[in-house]
Amino acid sequence: MELTATTTIRKPVPEVYAFWRHLENLPTFMAHLEEVRTTGDRTSHWVAGGPFGQNVEWDAEIVVETPDEKIVWRSIADADVPNTGTIRFMPAPDGVSTEVHVVLVYDIPGGVVGKAIAKYFGEEPHQQLDDDLRRLKQVVETGEVVRSDGAPWGKRARKEFPQRPAQPLSDSELVKGADE
Amino acid sequence: MRANTWAGRNKVEVRDVPDPKILNKRDAIVRITSTAICGSDLHLVDGYVPTMQEGDVLGHEFMGEVVEVGPGVDPDRLRIGDRVVVPFPIACGACGACAAELYSCCENSNPNAGIAERMFGHPVAGLFGYSHLTGGFAGGQAQYARVPFADVGPLKIESDLTDEQVLFLSDILPTGYMGAEMCDIQSSDVVAVWGAGPVGQFAMDSARVLGAAKVIAIDKEPYRLQMAEQAGHTPVNFEEVDVRSRLLELTGGRGPDKCIDAVGLEATHGSAHIAAYDRLKQAVRLETDRPHALRQAILSCRSGGVVSVIGVYGGLLDKFPAGAWMNRSLTLRTGQCHVQRYMKPLLGRIERGELDPTRIITHRLPLDEAARGFELFKNKQDNCEKVVLKP
Repeated sequence: MELTATTTIRKPVPEVYAFWRHLENLPTFMAHLEEVRTTGDRTSHWVAGGPFGQNVEWDAEIVVETPDEKIVWRSIADADVPNTGTIRFMPAPDGVSTEVHVVLVYDIPGGVVGKAIAKYFGEEPHQQLDDDLRRLKQVVETGEVVRSDGAPWGKRARKEFPQRPAQPLSDSELVKGADE
Repeated sequence: MRANTWAGRNKVEVRDVPDPKILNKRDAIVRITSTAICGSDLHLVDGYVPTMQEGDVLGHEFMGEVVEVGPGVDPDRLRIGDRVVVPFPIACGACGACAAELYSCCENSNPNAGIAERMFGHPVAGLFGYSHLTGGFAGGQAQYARVPFADVGPLKIESDLTDEQVLFLSDILPTGYMGAEMCDIQSSDVVAVWGAGPVGQFAMDSARVLGAAKVIAIDKEPYRLQMAEQAGHTPVNFEEVDVRSRLLELTGGRGPDKCIDAVGLEATHGSAHIAAYDRLKQAVRLETDRPHALRQAILSCRSGGVVSVIGVYGGLLDKFPAGAWMNRSLTLRTGQCHVQRYMKPLLGRIERGELDPTRIITHRLPLDEAARGFELFKNKQDNCEKVVLKP
């Protein structure tokens, strides 16, 4: 499965590149990622929420790194879902913004596991990546993922349709947070 | 706190809901001192805007006092105790749209941008109390409201102007003004405004302060036309006369140079069979919007003129007179108001006495009587033009 998405962020290329290259930042806006931990110069350990509430973990390495232009990474060893990603950064025609182009390729296995993963991504898997990049833009441009009363849980908003009413949260809802 | 909520089609209900809380670092909480019912609230209550949910807090015209600020709010911009008018579009101030002062198209303020993108092709800003399509933000017909990006939008009022003088800077005064501004008004222009509701009245006043030679008000409610006439505008009642003929008469056969649609998707029509056609198509969802005012504005406008649309449209419409538009070199301009762009200059015009927003207020009710306010406004009872609610 190949997913592509693109967005324009009103910040200079070096700033957007540096934000992404600090891989620990990725879970702040990518819905399925729980954690990314740097383990070496070019290696990292990724934890994603998977089907049935079980986490999926794998190691990844950066295979191409061209500062302010491009990063290519791929999963290594025996990842359950082998995957590769490419992100390119290009100055936008306005002279102040950065175009971000992302391609993710998942090698989804067959059988029951594959079906469960496909179901997890939903009928419109590209929508998740679109939303991820929308939140990347929010975080880089405004500092955080925007929340509303109807969609109060930031990057988990996608799981919430139909939403709670556009009405302030009670104290207990606020404490309980997005865990439920 | 008490808040007016959407309780299904044709029903609003004031109920107890939790007090708002800071959810993002740049939020503020405002204790609301005055709020209003907008014509566009009727589209929600009448069921023409999708993605409303039972219990949604309504209202997008409000002002009050800042009682809490998040840790990310720049204290040079906003502090506890400030008296503020809150613009209805929520805007981050940092994206490409905000940089271009297109605040109602803010690229970051709508957590449900994905839905909006599917309906409109590109996302639109978050709005207070205006469906989940525009973010699912609780509105301001309440005692308190959470205001995101509070260091960008809210306008501080530091003079002793009353709430009623400045409340409409939140929406309808800038909306009416933008409708007139989009017309590029020249001193020789005759400007016709469809709809003499609150936004229409302010579009008329704005056309006058921008220098129009004559301003025409088109409506069917005698009391609304009388209100426009008292403000110096020329009334045309579409139930009594043929609008096109009357406009030709008033303009020496040229047609109005500039036309403003301040009606939107629930227009009524003097011609019963055309009205019935669109009502039916709307009822069975073959079209979502009834565009009589827009069609008539396009057909009436002089060749080379501007048709400016500030009435709300939500989806698809039918029998758009593209031939008249194209062959007669008309310019069509529109947009949800970029309120933040206009608040300061319009506050100046209010302070200098060039505009008097209070002239349209006919009803003042406590918040708990919101349902009665909606009834009066919707059914145009008791000569209702504008309802201000006091929480």
